[in-house]
Amino acid sequence: MLKLLASRFLQGLLTLFVLVTLTFFLVRMMPGSPYTEEKAIPAHILERIKAYTGMDKPLPVQYGRYIKNLVVHQDLGDLIRKDGVKVSEVIGDSFPVSMALGLASMGIALLVGIPAGVVAAVKKNSPTDFACLAFAMVGICLPSFVIGPLLAVFAGLKLQSLNVGGWSSPTDWILPAITLGLINAAYLARLARGGMLDVLSQDYIRTAKAKGVPGQKIIIRHALRGGLIPAVAFIGPAFAGMISGSFVIETIFQIPGMGQHFVNAATDREFFLIQGLVLFYGFLIVGANLLADLAQIALNPRLR
Amino acid sequence: MIRLLTTTALCLCLFSCQQESQVDRATREGILLLGNTNDPKSFDPQVTSGVLESNINRALFEGLVVFHPSDDLAAPSGVAFEVTPDETSTVWTAKLRPDAKWSDGRQVTAEDFAFSYQRLLTPELGAKYAEMLYFIEGAEAFNKGEAKDFSSVGINVVDPQTFTITLRGPTPFFKEILKHYTWNPVPKHKVLEYGSIAQRGNDWSKPENLVGNGPFRIKSFRRNDHIEVERNPHYWDAKNVTLNGIRFLPISNTFTESRMFRDGQLHVSDSVAPEIVDYMKKHNPSVLRQERYLGTDFYRFNTTRKPLDNILVRRALSMAIDRKALCDNVFRGSTPAYGITPPMGDYDPPHGAAFDPEQAKKLIAEAGFPGGKGFPRLKLLIASKETAATMATAIQAMWREHLGVEVEIENKEWTAYLLAIQTLDYDIAGAGWIGDFIDPLTFLEIWSPGNGNNNTGWDNPEFVAELEKSFKVTDPAERYEFLRAAEAILLKEAPIAPIGWRGRNYLVHPSVQGWYPLLLAGNPYNSIRLVPQEPERK
Repeated sequence: MLKLLASRFLQGLLTLFVLVTLTFFLVRMMPGSPYTEEKAIPAHILERIKAYTGMDKPLPVQYGRYIKNLVVHQDLGDLIRKDGVKVSEVIGDSFPVSMALGLASMGIALLVGIPAGVVAAVKKNSPTDFACLAFAMVGICLPSFVIGPLLAVFAGLKLQSLNVGGWSSPTDWILPAITLGLINAAYLARLARGGMLDVLSQDYIRTAKAKGVPGQKIIIRHALRGGLIPAVAFIGPAFAGMISGSFVIETIFQIPGMGQHFVNAATDREFFLIQGLVLFYGFLIVGANLLADLAQIALNPRLR
Repeated sequence: MIRLLTTTALCLCLFSCQQESQVDRATREGILLLGNTNDPKSFDPQVTSGVLESNINRALFEGLVVFHPSDDLAAPSGVAFEVTPDETSTVWTAKLRPDAKWSDGRQVTAEDFAFSYQRLLTPELGAKYAEMLYFIEGAEAFNKGEAKDFSSVGINVVDPQTFTITLRGPTPFFKEILKHYTWNPVPKHKVLEYGSIAQRGNDWSKPENLVGNGPFRIKSFRRNDHIEVERNPHYWDAKNVTLNGIRFLPISNTFTESRMFRDGQLHVSDSVAPEIVDYMKKHNPSVLRQERYLGTDFYRFNTTRKPLDNILVRRALSMAIDRKALCDNVFRGSTPAYGITPPMGDYDPPHGAAFDPEQAKKLIAEAGFPGGKGFPRLKLLIASKETAATMATAIQAMWREHLGVEVEIENKEWTAYLLAIQTLDYDIAGAGWIGDFIDPLTFLEIWSPGNGNNNTGWDNPEFVAELEKSFKVTDPAERYEFLRAAEAILLKEAPIAPIGWRGRNYLVHPSVQGWYPLLLAGNPYNSIRLVPQEPERK
């Protein structure tokens, strides 16, 4: 057991190491550099700036230095375009916002998606089913950059009730969380409906019905467990995606989350920020997988 | 289920209903809410170079002269009560206000200014905008490391309140240049407290340590969320500052910004997307501002590539562009450009670029491509921005129609686009230039050979000679003649095709008073007042 755990942990470390190394070299293969600006920086100035950030050294030296700082000092480095700002500060400031928004969206997705899917499956081919399916189809087909502004215009400008952007008032999470949540709710509803339909046609459900178990009890006690497996499998990766932020949602609603950094760091060639974000995201995924492994081992004796 | 959802939504709406919009509350509290596109790269005015940073610097620092609230060419005194030239406009004497203080209460001295200019020019600092100070005698050599001793640079401290600046030649427009934030002082005592003179990433400019001499000082900063400044009680003219603070919001998406403005979350937006301009004109024309801005949109021709090395080809391409149609339908607010320099003050650029399809046809035939026959398929490089793509498609069609020339549009991501331009790896490319100060020089000197922003491969000794002549005269009218001659050469040789002089579309809430059109959009915050309006519903 301990051996297995140690091996998984080491595999995780190796994955992160490969990730860091690949990212380090890949970002430096992009055309341009963090110093490519609209007004060209004079050559003699550029030389000094590069020297200051250590970017004038050969690539292997830069890599060695980066790994050393990472391992010895747990230092992800500084931003190149912004003076005196640490990558860890950027992640530390923005991750809690994305996390809060992600949790709220996940809550909405679960509360709306699962019941809608279950109800649709139980009332198969009824108007309720069609309504739920239509809702799910719309949610899947409409991208967030359409739903977001529509919600903002409706709730913010027409109803005059919520702020259309910003992250200052306690209600500012509502519109972005609904936007992000509804899209995932749509997927969840379809998965839950499909899973439930499968289970509801099984023999043991028929047996339960024949034995006279009340309908609600059949669904809650017997069908839900098996029926929600596809939906639950979807929740894991979806949640990781939600808490690491969304560029589109953050841009539409002006939220200081982490998602925008994934895109902006790439366009700005902020090498250290890209590396830091990739490593952080990798860490989340590896950590989540490790936890999942542990949970499976705990649940399934055959794995021990 | 549906009932439950509706009830929840309704409850949330009721719960969150605000009686007063953010703008109304901010107006009551005297806080100006400004859209400012992004977070600053630094609060240190000597290492930044962008417009959004200059908007923040203007609140935190003050130069020798400042922007006038409504007159582009006036230069009211700032931290110096007097800046006077000698008879040749070469040696300028600045006398500082005795009551000028840093936000920590220390006196602003001539020594602070000398220190600031030395810091900006010290090569180790790597200040991108150091060349703004090359007007000072000996500054360029010092910045390039050719001279090691700062005493060779024309800055001389006479007494704690007085210093002189010796320029490399007569510069009658020097006060315009002084408005640029690179000429603002930084506090010597604070910079040295946190590090050495030329140390980059010196902690003095962290928001919690920053000390400035402007009308405001930093109150709070949250990355990607806001920067709030409050009144600086030590500011020499604090009694005449009416705002209690300014909140800069880093809203990068212009559609989000417009929505937030309409929702009462902003006093002044940074811009409005061209697509929204017509909507605002129809529904809320009183808040829409369309003003001239000191910028030009143009196309670059790579003169090192065939057939663009031929002046006739370049002129034909330039003449086949219908500038008026582009300004009316694509830019919303720009004016058709006949020169690279937008008209400013007494300077009117020579009429060197115009839409003339007949003449364009003749020229392209003369160049050996009658009706576009045999003309190679060139690439038109643009950056992936909406208006640039629309404009490129329109120009592509104009060239096809008037010249029979086919070009292929190549769309690159921003940094890749810049790299291609700067390494001359393109045929024709869309571009823009924004002036640093109100003088034609800021639009003309970039075309000198070897200038890092030329990026066309164009090199013309006559052009350089005219520019050089302008550096030696003191009479403004005579100087403009030389600059106009230089620009005429540039337009005749057409390494670029000017298209439109930029307009600036943005939104201003009716409660904001004293916000006038300015070419550089450097509105001084001191003169802005917030007057409550009839309360809005919300």
